[in-house]
Amino acid sequence: MTDAEIRGEAYEAQHVHTVYEEIATHFSSTRYKPWPIVERFLQELPDGSIGADIGCGNGKYLAVNPKVFIVGSDRSTNLVKIAKQHEPHAAVVADNLNLPHPLHCFDFAISIAVVHHLSTPERRIEALKAVLDLLQRPSDMSPDGGKALVYVWALEQKESRRGWDEGQEQDVMVPWVMKGGGEKPREKGRKKKRGETQEDRPTEGSSLAQPESKTYLRYYHLYRKGELEHDIEEAGGVVVESGYEKDNWWAIAKPR
Amino acid sequence: MKLLTLNFLTCAIKSCKSSPASFPLHPRDATLEIIESDLNLAFLRNILPRLMWSELCTITRELGLPALPETVPTGEDMVEKKEGEEEVASQTAKDLHRVLLETGIREGGLVCGNCGHEYKVLEGVGNFLLPGHLV
Repeated sequence: MTDAEIRGEAYEAQHVHTVYEEIATHFSSTRYKPWPIVERFLQELPDGSIGADIGCGNGKYLAVNPKVFIVGSDRSTNLVKIAKQHEPHAAVVADNLNLPHPLHCFDFAISIAVVHHLSTPERRIEALKAVLDLLQRPSDMSPDGGKALVYVWALEQKESRRGWDEGQEQDVMVPWVMKGGGEKPREKGRKKKRGETQEDRPTEGSSLAQPESKTYLRYYHLYRKGELEHDIEEAGGVVVESGYEKDNWWAIAKPR
Repeated sequence: MKLLTLNFLTCAIKSCKSSPASFPLHPRDATLEIIESDLNLAFLRNILPRLMWSELCTITRELGLPALPETVPTGEDMVEKKEGEEEVASQTAKDLHRVLLETGIREGGLVCGNCGHEYKVLEGVGNFLLPGHLV
């Protein structure tokens, strides 16, 4: 069996969902600075816009604009518990491919660093279609209809720490290293999470103890130039604007 | 999970979405909680046109909460008339803020009126992941 054949839902459950659930608190403590393109998209929305953040993680983007209302969703319950603290927004646990929202009910949607975690071309296109299905169709009230911002990791990032570039393997496993006690001190009053085992933390009361690290591997599909636009078209969308920002491809899309 | 969320939620099963019975989801054995937050008049006014009013009335009735007004309030209803002063939130605005943004389901179920599937809410987090046989 080839890699592509064994990938799918069960593969993602093991190599994406479980990992995020286990690294949630540490991951969240490293995710607080919004990317400029996403921040601009959210800040330019008219006041009172209603949107969805599919794969909201810790809700970093729920904090950007309090004048809109965003329903965030993520597969990881531990990340949703963090995300739902951002007022006035909301967050629920849901799957990108089976979203619990009425069709066409949102003015906007964002999918930031999510679609690259789906492990077959068909599932990535289905995920994009699910995002486009949320958007309002053009009407008198909204002549342009809704729009979505999608952001995925790029294959072309030779200047980055990872150093991937054109022509290389696009389906990769990326390590997440959780050092002993690696959860940053800025996370105050947090509780011990499920999946965080004793060896993840330094021995209390002993400054000499070497904290042990634990490495988790996450599956990514690295997008090559033009691929995101292609997938959006396949999903029934039209690309309004697109570009490259710091190791990522992004596109703003609307339903065709 | 604040009640405003229910205005934008339905069954996660694709075949239910075309059925009017799938919206809104119906609370079952719900324990409510109040999480106080600052009232934002502009925000409330802005979301008014987006509220599915009769469905929200159904939800508050099912939860045994005080009845909402029969018709959706207007932007003007949100403000107490006070000449020459700053805008003051009306009682209507305060009531709406209380029910939509401060009142939430802490524990319980949300049931699809079309297929009968029940989604759980635990510690204020609604879980819409489907079991394998429903995907």
